[in-house]
Amino acid sequence: MSLPEDVQAWIGQTRYEEETEFPVERGYMYTTCSSVENGNPLFWDDDLAAELTDGPIAPPTMISVWFRPHLWAPGRTKQAQPLQVHFDLKEALDLPEAVMSDNEIIFYEPVRPGDRLVTRQILHSVSEPKTTKLGTGRFWIIEVQYLNQNEVLVAKELYTGFGYKRGA
Amino acid sequence: MPNLTADQVTAGQKLEPLAYDVSATTVILGALASRDWRPMHHDRDFAINRNGTKDIFMNTPNLAAWFERYVTDWTGPRGRLGRMKFRMKDSIYPGEQMIFSGQVETVEKDDSGCAWAHLNVEVSVGDRLCTSCEVRVAVPTDANDNPWSRKGNDWNP
Repeated sequence: MSLPEDVQAWIGQTRYEEETEFPVERGYMYTTCSSVENGNPLFWDDDLAAELTDGPIAPPTMISVWFRPHLWAPGRTKQAQPLQVHFDLKEALDLPEAVMSDNEIIFYEPVRPGDRLVTRQILHSVSEPKTTKLGTGRFWIIEVQYLNQNEVLVAKELYTGFGYKRGA
Repeated sequence: MPNLTADQVTAGQKLEPLAYDVSATTVILGALASRDWRPMHHDRDFAINRNGTKDIFMNTPNLAAWFERYVTDWTGPRGRLGRMKFRMKDSIYPGEQMIFSGQVETVEKDDSGCAWAHLNVEVSVGDRLCTSCEVRVAVPTDANDNPWSRKGNDWNP
């Protein structure tokens, strides 16, 4: 089954380039380390961080945390969605449910408190219809790039999502 | 905490398993720490009736943080993650004990002299594999090396 023209046009296009809603901050870094009982002194000992990384850095796997929008913000009339391309695909293809099956993260320059990151999303591919134990739908691959305020790449992520209809 | 160096790493080497009892707090704290407000990670009714799962379940960004913790518990603070690839197979629910395990697949030095360990790490509940993760992590070549000092062409994750 062929893809709708608008969805086909999204493939390879850079979309949703936007700055994160707040600068990288240490509160979330501590909360994340606490949530997984991560005692890595790099994130708790500023002297060690100064020695190894020229000052505090965020745990690398927190990269997606910084671009998740507030659930509510003044003046917002529609709930903002992280990974908007994923939700666009669900809507455009009429696939109400979705899960992520694969996620690859590649880490470059460390992210530091105070950084203001820019993200952008690129749809790589959409599969033909497939049926899994969840239902019938399509797989898609989305790349998210992250750059800091100096336009230096800090990370890339590749998401494989599966949008589907239950029991279809 | 250890300060692992490349000469201490060999293919086939196993990482010490880590067991953790997951509660609703584990799931919800992890979701909120990663700013994931989606209801299947905190609303049991939504998870069961809308998503068709048996309970709320751990979210992927927080599982990534668990994998990072597991790997750097092994390397120590000089270990620097280069790449992680997750394959989500099944969910982890409150009341379950998750167990992380891992093995070194290969060890190599790239053209810039950076030493890399390739790991296969898994988190399971009982005999149910929930998520596997391929990890490429830089480890110091010796006690004086610091992978965090690498930039530009000297960092090839």
